[in-house]
Amino acid sequence: MNNTSKLFLIALLAGMVAVSGCNKKTRKAEGADMGDGVSTSGTGTEFGPDGKPLGEWQSGSADMLSQTRIYFAYDSSDLDVDSQAIAEAHAAYLRDNPSTRVVLEGHADERGTREYNLALGERRAQAVIDVFIALGANPANIENVSYGEENPVAEGHDESAWSLNRRVEIRYDR
Amino acid sequence: MKLSNMKKLAALLIILSGLLASPAQAVLTIEITKGVDVGIPIAIVPFSWKGAAVAGESMTKVIDADLTRSGRFDSIPQADFLQQPHNAKQVRFKDWRLIKADNLVVGSIEQSGSGVYKVKFQLLDVYSGKTLTGYQYTVQSDKLRNVAHQISDIIYERLTGEKGAFNTMIAYVTVERTKKGRRYLLQVADSDGFSPHTILASHQPLMSASWSPDARKLAYVSFEKKRSMIYIQRLSDGKRENVASFKGINSAPAFSPDGTKLAFVSSKEGNTEIYVLDLRTRAIKRLTNHHGIDTEPSWLPNGRGLVFTSGRSGQPQIYQMNTDGSGVQRLTYSGKYNARPSVSADGKLLVMISRGNGRYHVAVMDLRTKEITKLTDTLLDESPSFAPNGRMVLYATEQGNKGVLAAVSSDGRVRQSLRFLQGDVREPAWSPYLR
Repeated sequence: MNNTSKLFLIALLAGMVAVSGCNKKTRKAEGADMGDGVSTSGTGTEFGPDGKPLGEWQSGSADMLSQTRIYFAYDSSDLDVDSQAIAEAHAAYLRDNPSTRVVLEGHADERGTREYNLALGERRAQAVIDVFIALGANPANIENVSYGEENPVAEGHDESAWSLNRRVEIRYDR
Repeated sequence: MKLSNMKKLAALLIILSGLLASPAQAVLTIEITKGVDVGIPIAIVPFSWKGAAVAGESMTKVIDADLTRSGRFDSIPQADFLQQPHNAKQVRFKDWRLIKADNLVVGSIEQSGSGVYKVKFQLLDVYSGKTLTGYQYTVQSDKLRNVAHQISDIIYERLTGEKGAFNTMIAYVTVERTKKGRRYLLQVADSDGFSPHTILASHQPLMSASWSPDARKLAYVSFEKKRSMIYIQRLSDGKRENVASFKGINSAPAFSPDGTKLAFVSSKEGNTEIYVLDLRTRAIKRLTNHHGIDTEPSWLPNGRGLVFTSGRSGQPQIYQMNTDGSGVQRLTYSGKYNARPSVSADGKLLVMISRGNGRYHVAVMDLRTKEITKLTDTLLDESPSFAPNGRMVLYATEQGNKGVLAAVSSDGRVRQSLRFLQGDVREPAWSPYLR
């Protein structure tokens, strides 16, 4: 990602936080599609990754913060528009909670060699970390751990399983 | 319905009889999935046996299975034999000429003490009536299988002119599903998959086992500390050492042919690069410097360079470099995915995983002509590893939703699977010659 697009994204994120709530429904639908098993928030109190209730101004990004998996295309570590939005929501959270620690766990599908996939998993996690750091998260609090193809969440040998396994998991230290 | 039940019963009986014969043997079956028509004709007469138990036949079965698996022999069925000689003097050569057994193996096993046996065998040329070779061994009972593999090696070398690789070992990772999640076992076994031993068990992934050239140690990657780190473990006593635990990835260990260095991959400087660790001085030298993925280093057998996988062209391809990282040259140009290279002991062939039509198969490249031959056509093949004589390639594949090990001859003519009854099996590595 070049610097111009990074600046654009920072601007976009600022706008997103300001007009909170407007992209709520689309994120929710996709969370379900991705089958990540995370239920998005209803009308009750919303909780941040630290388990504490979110303040009123943050509720717009809460749905995105509840999405802790980011998915990728085959042999790619590029973030698509949706993934970018999820990463940015977490980046903003980390920026505003500078003592929070996070582990980015990179994964690959089973195709191709195990060692290449280990490197690919790390690249995917790094792509998310790049967004975090660009948006002001503290690099010292972020760890990149790749599991390559060793820890699949779906066991099948087809695209429906593979697409779920090509992922980065955002894990907050509680 | 009835027929299929009968088949199931028959299959069950085979498994049960395996269990009764030996617990160690019950874990796997070997199936030749592709064979050859023309092999060297050989008759192996069950060895005579004097002692506590009947093991003469099982020893000859091991030899028979070894030679058949190589794809270079045509073993004559025992039902055709007209006599059962146990040494050269007892042989009526015309009986063997009649059944076109060009080569004949005879032998005997005698108990010579408590748990100690004397094994004798002779390889005979049926047409000249001459003894081609013969040896005598004194062994403990638990080494009878190893001696059988040594005899296979001698027969193989005498009749093909090439060194045999039966008396070697394999390392691999078995994955079991338990209530606490996946359990990973790093195991070593004889080259035919028998006598497996677990050298490490973990609830976190294990991968990338690599043999030291003296076959006494294994380097591997373990996630036991919740991220990848490299260990070197001695097989004799299980003693091990963590040799790479830098920030980021620590993976793809590969011993140099002289055993003094370990090539490995680390992302400690921000990107996956290939490094070499001097095992005596502990000095670390970086070999690659590229923003693409560089991984899967493997030494040339002469120790003068390494082959590796790099994503520097935009997709994984195979490259070669000198041991100081200079002289990088690309070796593969066809296809969009070529990875995990390793070179045969004679330096002539390179084996790798290549993608074609959405399948990941084992392929070999002739390093002189650069010609590539596809050896397998399965969907998800991984981790190809040459036998130390370069004639066979061991690899991992999927069969019925389970990881299995399979072997294919380097010319693609013979293929077989080693099927383990428990767990998924993956990441095989064929040992060097045992010294």
